[in-house]
Amino acid sequence: MSATLQRRPLVKQILAGADDNLLVIAGLGSSNWDITEAGDRPLNMPLWGGMGATVGMGLGLALAQPGKRVLVITGDGDMLMSLGVLATIAAQQPDNLAVCVLDNEKFGETGNQATHTSPRNNGPTDSGAGTDLAMVARGCGIADAGTVRAEGEVAQLVKDLRTGKGPVFRLVKVMVEKLEFVMPPQDGAHLKDRFRQALLGSP
Amino acid sequence: MSDWHDDIFAVLQDHDIRQVYHVPDAGHSRLIEACQKSNSIRTLALTTEEEGIAIAAGAWLGGQRSVLLMQSSGVGNTINMVGLTKTLRFPFLTLITMRGDYGEFNSWQYPMGQGTPKVLEAMGVLLYSVDKAEEVKATVDAAARSAFNGGQSVAVLLRQKLIGIKDFGKKKA
Repeated sequence: MSATLQRRPLVKQILAGADDNLLVIAGLGSSNWDITEAGDRPLNMPLWGGMGATVGMGLGLALAQPGKRVLVITGDGDMLMSLGVLATIAAQQPDNLAVCVLDNEKFGETGNQATHTSPRNNGPTDSGAGTDLAMVARGCGIADAGTVRAEGEVAQLVKDLRTGKGPVFRLVKVMVEKLEFVMPPQDGAHLKDRFRQALLGSP
Repeated sequence: MSDWHDDIFAVLQDHDIRQVYHVPDAGHSRLIEACQKSNSIRTLALTTEEEGIAIAAGAWLGGQRSVLLMQSSGVGNTINMVGLTKTLRFPFLTLITMRGDYGEFNSWQYPMGQGTPKVLEAMGVLLYSVDKAEEVKATVDAAARSAFNGGQSVAVLLRQKLIGIKDFGKKKA
């Protein structure tokens, strides 16, 4: 079953009306461009590298800021590189953390090679393992883990990610698309400083 | 004189460390237990050491100081992530119990133990080294100042001479 959801309008819906209560971390590549097209803001931390760091950063931030909502938006490749952190999250049970994995079953930045979430027997160059990341998350101990595939489920997805009792994990199957790069500032120290300035009042 | 593990715990409290990351480690076990019992410190067990650096970055974004406790055996796991401390330029402190360093019985510990100072240096991490119990407190305190006041990425190497040689109670064959 091929995916029908488009990541850009989906992320726009997820982030609609974001206020100072919402802290967003996005993984390198497409997720970074996605949240930036939705509207660059100081309380966005878009990564340009650090693959495998995104979800862990969300955990550290969620524990440091229990009064704020922390939303991690990243891709299947980034998630696959840091599966262990799902167990570390389950051990901590941060009730303010939501992780949204936009799964297009490809390594988009390097030419759309299949990730392990691609189906098996998908041809000689495009086969994965059929890895189900929502099942992995649940197996790690994140009870509220689910998969979204259809437009009709998006309103509930947004609600769960923005307000559901964490830790929330959602796998969203999205289309493979060629999209414009919409780039935020690149300097990591600047992104960190503007985030802390907005959140804490000093960099 | 107080135990050096307890000295480290006191320094972590003095510097308002709020999150402590670790993998199980005999050398740090007394300190880890003190952190677990503390009301002011959140203690996180990791699946691999590199997780600790990503979580530390998030903690700093959220205004909390943290420390990563690990063995030299785990340092190699973190090297790519250490780059994050440079790119984001956030204060980072790690306390490393050394293996493969001084009278080590396990040959498998030597490659990473011997490589630890070199790879950390290559990544631009400031190194402090301590092998005397009476110098642990001042050294960790200086390292915390370099990290949190000076904005540096800092590692304290707790040498095997300090920790004691692990022998697993082995009898001679």
